[in-house]
Amino acid sequence: MLSSNFQPDRELLIAALQAIHPKPLILTKPEELKPYECDGLSAYRKLPLVVVLPDTLEQVQSILRICHAQKVPVVARGAGTGLSGGALPHEQGVLLSLAKFTQILEINPERRTATVQPGVRNLAITQAVDHLGLYYAPDPSSQIACTIGGNVAENSGGVHCLKYGLTVHNILQIKLVTIEGELLTIGSHSLDAPGYDLLALITGSEGMLGVIVEVTVKLLPKPERVQVLLAAFDDVIKAGATVGAIISAGIIPAGLEMMDGPAIQAAEDFAQAGYPTNAAAILLCELDGTNAEVSEQLMRVHDILLQSAATEVRTAKDAQERATFWKGRKSAFPAVGRISPDYYCMDGTIPRKHLPQVLQSINEFSEEFGLAVANVFHAGDGNLHPLILFDANQPGELERAEAFGGKILELCVQVGGTITGEHGVGMEKINQMCAQFNNLELTQFHAVKAAFDPEGLLNPGKAVPTLQRCAEFGAMHVHQGQLPHAELERF
Amino acid sequence: MKEHDLSPALQARVLDAYAQGRALNIQAGNSKAWYGNPSQGEVLSVANHHGILNYEPSELVITARAGTPLIELETALAAENQCLAFEPPHFAATATLGGTIACNFSGSARPYLGAARDFILGCKLINGKGEILQFGGQVMKNVAGYDVSRLMAGALGTLGLLLEISVRVLPKPETTLTLIKTLSAKDMLQQANAYARLPLPLSACAYVDGQAYIRLAGSEGSVKQAAKIMGGEPLPEHENFWFKLREQQLAFFQTEQNLWRLSLPADTAVLTLEGEQIYDWGGAQRWLVSNLDAASLRELVTKAGGHATLFRRSAKPTQTTASSFQALSSELMRYHRQLKQAFDPRGIFNPNRLYIGL
Repeated sequence: MLSSNFQPDRELLIAALQAIHPKPLILTKPEELKPYECDGLSAYRKLPLVVVLPDTLEQVQSILRICHAQKVPVVARGAGTGLSGGALPHEQGVLLSLAKFTQILEINPERRTATVQPGVRNLAITQAVDHLGLYYAPDPSSQIACTIGGNVAENSGGVHCLKYGLTVHNILQIKLVTIEGELLTIGSHSLDAPGYDLLALITGSEGMLGVIVEVTVKLLPKPERVQVLLAAFDDVIKAGATVGAIISAGIIPAGLEMMDGPAIQAAEDFAQAGYPTNAAAILLCELDGTNAEVSEQLMRVHDILLQSAATEVRTAKDAQERATFWKGRKSAFPAVGRISPDYYCMDGTIPRKHLPQVLQSINEFSEEFGLAVANVFHAGDGNLHPLILFDANQPGELERAEAFGGKILELCVQVGGTITGEHGVGMEKINQMCAQFNNLELTQFHAVKAAFDPEGLLNPGKAVPTLQRCAEFGAMHVHQGQLPHAELERF
Repeated sequence: MKEHDLSPALQARVLDAYAQGRALNIQAGNSKAWYGNPSQGEVLSVANHHGILNYEPSELVITARAGTPLIELETALAAENQCLAFEPPHFAATATLGGTIACNFSGSARPYLGAARDFILGCKLINGKGEILQFGGQVMKNVAGYDVSRLMAGALGTLGLLLEISVRVLPKPETTLTLIKTLSAKDMLQQANAYARLPLPLSACAYVDGQAYIRLAGSEGSVKQAAKIMGGEPLPEHENFWFKLREQQLAFFQTEQNLWRLSLPADTAVLTLEGEQIYDWGGAQRWLVSNLDAASLRELVTKAGGHATLFRRSAKPTQTTASSFQALSSELMRYHRQLKQAFDPRGIFNPNRLYIGL
């Protein structure tokens, strides 16, 4: 059974960790622990008992064996850029940082693979293979800083996943250390491996099933040509409908992004991307492929945009203008951070057709909670990032922002979507999991967890709520249009 | 065919089997009964649990009951100029979506566009305790909870009985063209890997009887431009070739010997093995017709970084007793058993079909 009460003996734990040979870097003083108190979601902070920064695989195995023997929780951490509190430390546990695992172990141009340690940064892979005309496709917006181990743990996406998929589509093999300290090789350098698809199971498992110590990624040829269109609309709904029109025309853009008025204004003030600030919405459409293909698609998308009543359509003239178009979008978060003391970023995904309804509801919630919102949207794949603006120094605003966010996520579930498209559940969305899954489904998740970690030592309290927590959360759960206890209505 | 929701009846059968600890042998179209190890248990047919539940072309997703024939699905998609980009083989007209996902079968486009597992967005299933559960959804980006849907791909029904599956669909390519070149196997492998490093609209690459077959798919201009770079002769009525390769109707497959599927890293050199070979997936999947014993073949393929599946057993009475699938390390097998326990604690679903004891 999963227990949430851990009572490790701190002195005994530190002594055992110090006896590892060669000794890993161990941090125990409050001022040393402080930098690890949170990840990219700074609303949640906790100090771990101890931080360990191993250099070698053997040290990772030893640390996990010790934690297993002493029943100490373990939270693995990469770059700490996660946005759902997945790397939030456990007060009674070890924070296991993989930051020293920064080696690119092998680049195999023939196979189009790179094998890297988990602490290698996402962008560093692409940079290391650039001279071969190859790249690693998933590009979360934190790609300068985030690491591949964390990408696998979160199944990270990015602006190009409509065409190129998520992390799970772009990796071949991982090495994983279990809570018992065993090393498992999962997947293979072939396109498949015998047995269950554990590669898919581990990808996105948020550090609950094991610690990733090596990743082999697939590399793709860099497209011959990339082109970006920017279209402005006087109505958010028209922009949303245009997204469906492009995809219905048989075109899969490399990226298809949308921003609403408040987001455009903030991004323009911050990045001077030349966005039409009087627009109610803009779409950014990136097309890539062979020269001929991009030329053909460019003309077709241009026509669709004009037919869809875009008030303005621009095509980036060169790489520099393309970068400028993207600059506004990519700086949307910091831009919003500048106009508001704090913001709370949501990550729900919806079937695209429900976009008008969902945007309408978000506006209504905004009035209800008295908090402004700016919408940034991976429109092509239905992934919404509403940014709720608030001031944590004003009493009650954080709570209101969280309640507002929770309502958005529950709405996403109601229209057939999900509470998290790419940021993960972590600590942040643990309550909304109760809205997306019923007790039987959550129990099945706990059984999966128990298959790898029966004592619940890996990242306790994250990703999958206990049934008790859901009962306490107590919302009337509407699951796929069904009421609670759907099992009673199945006959 | 009329739509049918047999979930309550199927659930009742599973509950009953669970209560009594009785094995079930899940079947739908019965088109791939030969695949995997022999399994015991009373037949539980999902064939009549069929029907497309939701298909909206602009959302790029289709949801159907597991017993829906692939043909029905593909016809619906074709009407909207869309397709299952992983090109699943049928092997019989009765092949279903559920069986395809349970086997994780993918056709020639697999290295370039992905496998069946890559296109799964969500599923509804009955676990071994008779509980109806739903995972994933109908949207492409979804990281809430463990990816149980994809775990079902290739599990051969040993973890759960699939009821409904949502898969991502893609627009059909505007144009396709196949070029043939007479090459040695070594040169074909070299070219296939070299092409895959370039931004070319590749969608398949096979090698049969001394000829390389390279398929391009995309916009007309893009395919024309690539064909010019690559050379070779266009193959008329090329769809026929890919169909026969996918459905194992080429002369090569007409054999009484064992048919092996070798899955190998893309750059694996030519493997000289007793018997006949053809290549698909740019050399990453090789078919071998051979009487070679399983142990020596698997040793060799493992050394090359791959694995060998006994895809179809020889029809001869002297057939091998080798397991269909390559053995796992003892550590991995332990986690397989524990996962099986998590989904099917009394071991009622397709026992032994994937591995003995699972």
